[in-house]
Amino acid sequence: MKLITAVVKPHRLDEIKEALQAFGVQGLTVTEASGYGRQRGHTEVYRGAEYTVDLVPKIRIEILVEDADADQLIEVVVKAARTGKIGDGKVWSLPVDTAVRVRTGERGPDAL
Amino acid sequence: MAPAIIMLAEKTPPLDPGNTAFLLLSSALVMLMTPGLAFFYGGMVRVKSALNMLMMSFISLGIITLLWTGYGFSFAFDGDNGGFLGGTSWLGLRHIANNDLWGATGTPVFAFAAFQLMFAIITPALISGALADRVKFTAWSVFIALWATVVYFPVAHWVWGGGWLAKKGVIDFAGGTAVHINAGAAALGVILVIGKRVGFKRDPMRPHSMPWVMLGAGLLWFGWFGFNAGSEITADGLASLVFINTQIATAAAMIGWLLYERWRHGSFTTLGAASGAVAGLVAITPSCSSVSPLGAIAVGVIAGVICAAAVGLKYRFNYDDSLDVVGVHMIGGIVGSLLIGLLSTGHVGADVKGVFYGGGWHQFGIQAIGVFSVLGYSLVCAAILAKLIDMAMGFRVPEEIEISGIDQAEHAETAYDFTGVGSAVRGEGISSVATKKVDA
Repeated sequence: MKLITAVVKPHRLDEIKEALQAFGVQGLTVTEASGYGRQRGHTEVYRGAEYTVDLVPKIRIEILVEDADADQLIEVVVKAARTGKIGDGKVWSLPVDTAVRVRTGERGPDAL
Repeated sequence: MAPAIIMLAEKTPPLDPGNTAFLLLSSALVMLMTPGLAFFYGGMVRVKSALNMLMMSFISLGIITLLWTGYGFSFAFDGDNGGFLGGTSWLGLRHIANNDLWGATGTPVFAFAAFQLMFAIITPALISGALADRVKFTAWSVFIALWATVVYFPVAHWVWGGGWLAKKGVIDFAGGTAVHINAGAAALGVILVIGKRVGFKRDPMRPHSMPWVMLGAGLLWFGWFGFNAGSEITADGLASLVFINTQIATAAAMIGWLLYERWRHGSFTTLGAASGAVAGLVAITPSCSSVSPLGAIAVGVIAGVICAAAVGLKYRFNYDDSLDVVGVHMIGGIVGSLLIGLLSTGHVGADVKGVFYGGGWHQFGIQAIGVFSVLGYSLVCAAILAKLIDMAMGFRVPEEIEISGIDQAEHAETAYDFTGVGSAVRGEGISSVATKKVDA
């Protein structure tokens, strides 16, 4: 199994969800995250004082998949997340030892 | 205060129900300004000190009300002793009958006492914005009690209670000197003693809730009609002029501030709109009875632009006037008070002509005496009081508390529960503090 993690622009979330559903993904986890990459942050002005906000809001999406699906799924996420502008984010995958469905105790790919 | 008020009327007029209703309602409007101020300031601080900022204003509603009842009203408004302070016969608000009237206004002394109380409450609360994030709640409470006693009650007497500034002819219709310069100068005095926040000019100290700031500014604007028009005491033509001048100057100041910051910094900001409105309210406060509606536009625009520029001074001179009490209230109060010397028409309310209406520089000089005597007195007294409190009990919280957040350390609360998960587990007993005391 693989864990695919995507840190992307928040407004792309709905596109990505729809693309994943179309692909047949059964479940995912979404968390609000903040961070910066090469685009750094933005500037805000309060009563003339400029503040550089380097941590910008992002969405972190995590999906567990079978090894065979991983590469294709990464493509699906990247395509749905892309705007072509700086700050689109990153997608990566990691090998996963095991997974358990809490309700039934099923293990491995059966738990997905 | 209106010059029409005759403090010791020879013939007592009958109680005037219209004026009395107007004054009581104005009092309630001014009361609402203090919670409004709490939100205006509370939104501007970081999330870890939002509750403390609210409490610094709210505690003034508690402490000053009791002091006012005890001796504040008597010292400020019971006759006159040498121009400096009133008398003692109204201590505890005793020796006042329900139907005793305040001069020739036809309003009961109790109504006037309630109205003036609301001014006494908001003035110390205004100072709190300069001290954001870093002072002990107990030290703040002691400070406002002492400052009200040593500074506010006497100054209210000088300006409105028949004291020496009133006798000199200083015009301060609703509190440009007695409230705004007074509070702004005190803020400057205290911050020079207690110093800057940890991370001033280094850390981002962004306002945590701009909607709070707008809500607070809206409540202030609304309450200010009671503050200014109510200061006429009687519901008459001058009160009406004051009312519309208040609206006009505030609108003009908001526009002035927004245009200034668009020019200087590139955007029309929410905080700029709220701050500009407050700057306009401050500047029209002393001058609302002296200027024409067109004059009110001038007062507003000038105050909006000057205050927008003045809030940057703290970075240049390196003093941490956290929420710009000096830049908005002291500077705005000075602008409004001095502009009377230029723009007073001589026929709308106050009976003096400013420079632009052929009256020469005489009134301008008198206004300057009012401005700088109150400014100097308040600044020096506040600095001395802050120093004494700092030596006696420590004015500031320890640095680690300032960094981790004053709300939790001083009030055992936090402003928001963002997640609803894992944020609190109910402890045993009423509270851990109470339990510990029983154990010991």
